[in-house]
Amino acid sequence: MQAYIIRRLLALIPTLFVASLIVFVSMRLIPGDVIDQMLAQNDVATSADRALVEEALGLDQPMYIQYFRWVGGIMRGDLGNSLWHNTPVTAQLAETLPITFQLGLLALVVALTVAVPIGIYSAMRQDTAGDYIARSFSLLMLSIPSFWLGTLVMVFPSVWWRWSPPLEYTPFFQDPIQNLSHMLLPAVLLGLALSAVTMRMTRTMMLEVMRQDYIRTARAKGLAENLVIARHALRNGLIPVITLIGLQAPLLIGGAVILEQIFVVPGMGLLLLEAVFARDYPVISGIFLVTGVAILMINLLVDLTYGFLDPKVRY
Amino acid sequence: MSEAIAASGAPALLRVENLSVRFRTDRGMVRAVDGVSLHVHAGETLAIVGESGSGKSVTALSLLRLIGDNGEIEQGRILFDGVDLGRLSGAEMRKVRGNRIAMIFQEPMSSLNPVLTIGKQVAEPLVLHQGLSWQAARKRAVELLARVSIPDPVDRLDSYPHHFSGGMRQRVMIAMALACDPKLIIADEPTTALDVTVQAQILALLKALTRETGAAQILITHDLGVVARYADRVAVMYGGRVIESASARELYANPKHPYTQGLMASVPSLDSDPGRPLQTIPGQPPDLANLPPGCAFAPRCAYARDLCRQGKPPLESIGPQHERACYGYE
Ligand SMILES: Nc1ncnc2c1ncn2[C@@H]1O[C@H](COP(=O)(O)OP(=O)(O)O)[C@@H](O)[C@H]1O
Ligand SMILES: [Mg+2]
Repeated sequence: MQAYIIRRLLALIPTLFVASLIVFVSMRLIPGDVIDQMLAQNDVATSADRALVEEALGLDQPMYIQYFRWVGGIMRGDLGNSLWHNTPVTAQLAETLPITFQLGLLALVVALTVAVPIGIYSAMRQDTAGDYIARSFSLLMLSIPSFWLGTLVMVFPSVWWRWSPPLEYTPFFQDPIQNLSHMLLPAVLLGLALSAVTMRMTRTMMLEVMRQDYIRTARAKGLAENLVIARHALRNGLIPVITLIGLQAPLLIGGAVILEQIFVVPGMGLLLLEAVFARDYPVISGIFLVTGVAILMINLLVDLTYGFLDPKVRY
Repeated sequence: MSEAIAASGAPALLRVENLSVRFRTDRGMVRAVDGVSLHVHAGETLAIVGESGSGKSVTALSLLRLIGDNGEIEQGRILFDGVDLGRLSGAEMRKVRGNRIAMIFQEPMSSLNPVLTIGKQVAEPLVLHQGLSWQAARKRAVELLARVSIPDPVDRLDSYPHHFSGGMRQRVMIAMALACDPKLIIADEPTTALDVTVQAQILALLKALTRETGAAQILITHDLGVVARYADRVAVMYGGRVIESASARELYANPKHPYTQGLMASVPSLDSDPGRPLQTIPGQPPDLANLPPGCAFAPRCAYARDLCRQGKPPLESIGPQHERACYGYE
């Protein structure tokens, strides 16, 4: 097991190398130039000013030099400085990453608590009214973009009841209640979006599992139906669902970017948006890198959970 | 021995009377079991023989009332130890399953739960029906595994089904079935999926264990060759009906239904001339969704008359302990 984890972590290195290359190159392909934006803030700008700024930021060097500098920095735990604020990118990430992590985790909890029980219910009551309602709900969640739902939640309560969701961020460890009252709504919206596919998958897998011979064996032993489901069906049914959650990790992170924007959650998503508008390359690259690592780690975690649930998987 | 029991007039452990079961399917209603009557005495092995699709498994599953949501017991009574199982509540029926009537299935590879240990699966009925703690039940599980000749039973408790061969899994299934000392064990083609040598071992084990515990057994098979060695009495099924039943010896010596005779001719036996090709019954097994109005075997029967195509022949006594559903051909 330990050897397996170390092997998996080592295997991450080439993946991350390729990812860093893609991040770096795609960054330079974004139209618009950070220098233009900076200089536009001054009324008059000469080409001499431009050269000065470029040199100061290291952007006068050839691309490959810039890349190796950046990678060299990563090795030392240095992701460079923000082009605008002159603060280290690592500091900005350290500040925003935990917030996005909290949002993602809350969303995942919401997604699972909604999706798994309803998915099971739907399977057990196949083709009844309850099943149709659950499936329609899941289809609805699948097709409604969360930014639209988020906007609705922002606009309509304030029009109807003169109430709008709190938008002030408080760190969790400072005041958990205050923090959750702000974070819960975006987490629910994000979680519902995730729950759609998870619910369908849970339903499909439970239906599949309930047809298996070992379920008939469990019934023939005299187990009541709830024990048949809880002890014999659930674990078998959830194995593929766990994999699905790993595959949805990018969706989770993408959704977080949008919902942070709507609900003014000062997480990595909000930072990313600002950085993209400002063409703040080091910040964008840093976020992409961290996101990439996060997705890879989530998948590693999923694989480990898989091994825990399925005795046939051995490391 | 069994004939003595039967003749003594003691009430049967299990008596099935006029059982009919039908399923809702895409192709309409299918009557898989049509007026089946059976009985099994304590300590006796009844074989149910028939081609695939003749309703053997459905008969077995309906004894435990496990035929699924699309199935329905249309009529009939199932008397087990004096109790009409059809009248039991769901909870009462669950106390019978795995406890007083245990079942072993055809597919050892898929009948055990892949994510639970062998120990847990064998211990489960003991916890459920005898209220044992998991710890105590695990201890009993070791004894049970030893009884079905699984080597190193203590070490195997924490193994998973995929560590076992098909024959070993079927032994585990048998251990599980024996856990609560059932009065009746139903083994539904327990060896069909196994190698020939393993088949003999499993059947011998089942026979020895049922003899040891005094349990009755219903042994379902499509292999008449198995019947002679392991069964006391035989019921032959065709198209959802019992078409002949007799003691195993009598059936072998004196098969009376043309279908049974056909089956017999297709079984290789020790004294048959190895050079002579085995006979097979011409034609196809009946389509249950589309049964002819008369005898289901009539389309394949060399002796079929008009009478056979008009009505279903009832199961009638044609000798001591010998019944047959045929209008006769002599
Ligand atoms: N769950 C079911 N749903 C619909 N039809 C079924 C079901 N189970 C059995 N049947 C029907 O009953 C027939 C007899 O099945 P079965 O008792 O399994 O035969 P066998 O003698 O091979 O055990 C099948 O051919 C099928 O048409
Ligand atoms: Mg069968």
